[in-house]
Amino acid sequence: MKILVPVKRVVDPYAKVRPLPDGSGLDLGNVKFEINPFDEIAVEEAVRQKEKDPSVEITVVSIGTAECEDQLRKALAIGADKAILIETTAVFDSPGIAGELAELAKELSPDIILMGKQATDDDCNQAAQMLAAKLDWPQATFASKVVLSGQSASVTRETDSGEETLQLPLPAVITSDLRLNEPRYIALPGIIKARSKPLDRRPAKTSPSPKTRIAFMETPAARSAGRKIANVDELLSALKERGAL
Amino acid sequence: MSRLLLIAFQGHEAEQLSGFAQKLGLPYDVLSLDSKAALDLGADLVIQVALSDIPPADGLAKGLQPIVAPYSHIAAVSNMATKDVLARLAGLCDGSMVTDAVDLDSPTLFKRPMVAGSVIATVKVLALPVFLTVRPAGFPKPAKQGTSQTSQVSLVLKSKASRIDSTSRGGARPDLSQAKVVVSGGRPLKDAATFEQVIGGLADQLGGAVGATRAAVDSGIAPNELQVGQTGKIVAPDLYIAAGISGSTQHMAGIKDSKTIVAINKDPDAPIFEFADLGLVADLYQAIPELREKLGK
Repeated sequence: MKILVPVKRVVDPYAKVRPLPDGSGLDLGNVKFEINPFDEIAVEEAVRQKEKDPSVEITVVSIGTAECEDQLRKALAIGADKAILIETTAVFDSPGIAGELAELAKELSPDIILMGKQATDDDCNQAAQMLAAKLDWPQATFASKVVLSGQSASVTRETDSGEETLQLPLPAVITSDLRLNEPRYIALPGIIKARSKPLDRRPAKTSPSPKTRIAFMETPAARSAGRKIANVDELLSALKERGAL
Repeated sequence: MSRLLLIAFQGHEAEQLSGFAQKLGLPYDVLSLDSKAALDLGADLVIQVALSDIPPADGLAKGLQPIVAPYSHIAAVSNMATKDVLARLAGLCDGSMVTDAVDLDSPTLFKRPMVAGSVIATVKVLALPVFLTVRPAGFPKPAKQGTSQTSQVSLVLKSKASRIDSTSRGGARPDLSQAKVVVSGGRPLKDAATFEQVIGGLADQLGGAVGATRAAVDSGIAPNELQVGQTGKIVAPDLYIAAGISGSTQHMAGIKDSKTIVAINKDPDAPIFEFADLGLVADLYQAIPELREKLGK
């Protein structure tokens, strides 16, 4: 059983980021970078599957600059077996990422591609579904539980009104939602061990022609601060005044 | 040719998107997967697809592919179901995609939030067709206009994935993303029974929906599908009442388009008071019963 987990290097999801004054991009001065939290959940899930079934082999892949090695090493420290860094400075949008990952999937023939439902920087929620379409594999997005048995996966996924369980023949694409698991704390021995795990650096097979481009970034209009009210009676009369009741 | 197709998974979604269609300014049709679609929204054609059950994304996207082929723009209300299917359709059709559009400047320039709502990006579409999931709050509904022709289509849908179980916890309350009133609670609600009694009780009295914070959902006080925020549901009701909610960035990103936000929290320094229109520093266990009693009069 081979699981491929794409991971994205993203700006620290807990940092307060702002656009540059000229709107040309994000102000990334003094900001840390992390593994996309949803991808970290995907890595953790793959490792838990490996703990249940030692035949599972986990490859993590990142597409980006040489610095993505940090995030790949973290994924290796969680318990992935090996890493691929597709090194590029080109801008890949979601369709571009899906195209490059599709090429890699053809080469590696994984049984499952497990990745975050979205990246916390662009919040797109597109690449996995586009990848599944290109490969003509079934998909289960927003997964909250994954059970593997033989050549199929049973995935419980969150829906707008509750949840549902899909039975997927493999190979398949699965995206992790918040409640799939809580990633483990990585202890020092894991970090040291990760340094000696194989990391294959290679160029991209595709040259991206972006289908969208971010033309401008701005800070959203702030809500004007309201007022404090003293008690429930005042609240009721204020609501009536505003026509909210 | 520039032409828009609105895909409505449920009847009311076409109505919610009529403001978007008008602002986009392209002639448009509606594809409804639900027989209840309105016919007076100014669409030229309403294509009705009879489906007893919406199949998993792989089969649905493949079935829709020939129908969407003539269109330059394909849009649906932004939610989990549409993100699942439209991104797959975009992949099949080799198109571009804009998730969570909140505004537009032209048929190829769309605004959308990113980085948990702390940035609004203007996205230039470089390749058509473009698939969009749209947050309706930014596009006011126009008055009813022009009736549409209708046509019926039958689809052959074959999914590799099969649905083996499905739980819908809708109940009698209005849908969270549609409701005019939303009452939400946070972690201080202690347990599921207290949450239902205090938050659910007030919501029912106001004819509203119930929402929850991520912390409340994570601690098992409220079910997943009630989570409001950047990683949950985006709501834009006339009245949003937040009880025992401190106001994290990711929660606020999901409610900022609400007309009136009321915060009830006993911590006077809670960040939510910087956003709320009306802030009441009070213990929710006293304020909410008092509010319910006085509302009942």
